[in-house]
Amino acid sequence: MRGTVKPLWLSEMVAVWGYVQRNYFLTKRYFMWEVVWLVYVTINAMAITFIGAGAESFGGANLNIERYMTYLLVGALLWNYLSMLFDVLSETVSWERWEGTIEYTFMSPSSRVTHLLGMGLYAVVYGILQTALTLGVCAAFFDLDLSNANYWGALLVLAVASVSLVGFGVVAAVLPLLSPEKGQQVSYIVSSVLLLVSGVYYDVRVLPDWMQSIATVSPVTYALRGTRDALLHGAGAAELWRSIWPLLIMGVVFVPLGLFVFHLGESYAKRTGKLKRSG
Amino acid sequence: MKALELRGVEKSFKKRRGEVVRALDSISLSVEKGEVVGILGPNGSGKSTLVRVISTLVLPDSGEVEVFGVDATRHPKQVQRSMNRVSVEASFFKKLSAMENLLYGAKLYGVTSSEARPRIKEILENIGFASKRATEPMEHLSRGMQQKIALARALLTSPVLMLLDEPTTGLDPRSKKDVQAFIERIRDAHDSSILLCTHDMDEAEELCDRVGIMMDGRILALEEPDGLKRRYVTNGRVPTLEETFMAATGYSVEEAAAEAR
Repeated sequence: MRGTVKPLWLSEMVAVWGYVQRNYFLTKRYFMWEVVWLVYVTINAMAITFIGAGAESFGGANLNIERYMTYLLVGALLWNYLSMLFDVLSETVSWERWEGTIEYTFMSPSSRVTHLLGMGLYAVVYGILQTALTLGVCAAFFDLDLSNANYWGALLVLAVASVSLVGFGVVAAVLPLLSPEKGQQVSYIVSSVLLLVSGVYYDVRVLPDWMQSIATVSPVTYALRGTRDALLHGAGAAELWRSIWPLLIMGVVFVPLGLFVFHLGESYAKRTGKLKRSG
Repeated sequence: MKALELRGVEKSFKKRRGEVVRALDSISLSVEKGEVVGILGPNGSGKSTLVRVISTLVLPDSGEVEVFGVDATRHPKQVQRSMNRVSVEASFFKKLSAMENLLYGAKLYGVTSSEARPRIKEILENIGFASKRATEPMEHLSRGMQQKIALARALLTSPVLMLLDEPTTGLDPRSKKDVQAFIERIRDAHDSSILLCTHDMDEAEELCDRVGIMMDGRILALEEPDGLKRRYVTNGRVPTLEETFMAATGYSVEEAAAEAR
């Protein structure tokens, strides 16, 4: 308020909390839809895990079924978490445009970093809670092979992967700024390509070479590999490093790149008048 | 120092088929501290682009925009801290309550919930908004009530420059009067300068210290309402502001307003 000037960093922190709190309010308001989504995600993860249980009847008698089911479940849960993180970030612009609030957000003095940080923070917290609940239900339902699991290692991989995915999502978030009609559609295609090439339900080595090349630049590939190594093989820090270092590099590259690209996209939208609400 | 000063501002947009639309054509105007300046013009005259340029949502092709001496193109964050805007669409998260929307809007300007709550209470009381309705989702509120909340949201951040872009368009007469009375109170009680774009001649005459007429991206005239009317004196008779508007633009008030819908 006039007369009470806060330091800039404090104002930005208040704004970060504003974005987090707004998303919490929206989650509360759409609570029944959240429940429906949680049920869908849980049942989807269970259905995928049952594919493992059914593998034996297709000649997989020598398979370690529990291990295979755990492999599939980890893939389903991680994909749910990481794709949700990517979607929330990539929908930042199109969502506000749909609500009609985009101009008010973009004319506020809070910085774009603050805006995207608030969105990312909420998505991480929400995603972890949702994934934990789904994991809890699935763990009670199936005999999973988590006897060697290194949970802290898995969490570390997930934390580093979250940063990379936020950067990746910010790059995608610029698309609706460039094209209000088609931008969001393109980001859904990016999301589906990540699902195909990142080895969510299979090892990336089964893919054609050209797809494996794409997989090398997907943070989801390394997130899945590291988390599976930790949960299925109990891999320690030294072994997990092979998944963590590419994620760190991607985080260092994608986050600043995402912010820079977003800045360029915002300037373009302001030059061409594309920030204006449509729909 | 002037609250707002535009010098030679130009803005064109390219349409899909390569056609170029000149939305702002050499716009120069100023708003003094504490002054209310109205801009009258039919839809498509460039009023909303003008407001978007000032509020840093559209970058001008050329010219300068200064808010309290600060260049809005070079230092948008600094300028954004000192102004707020109310547009013809209330633009809220419709599923959230008025209170939740206001708390969110305040935080984007660095105002915490504990600072905002007493201020919200005070503002809602001033505009005759029943505080128990503040917890209802915005989509349950009438257009008039939503527009009052939009004004409250703008006022909550204590802007020294308010941009009001057709704040009463589409409101029923009662809500229109309430919103206009609220703008008057802002003008009288707060130290704010206001740029008001409107189709409503009475509103412009009643609320504004100076009134401009805008057409095809240009400001045809900008002065005190009486001076503006005297420009179009015919046979010794001073016309009404409505007649002045018609003489200047070729539009009737109804046509100008109808085009906006």
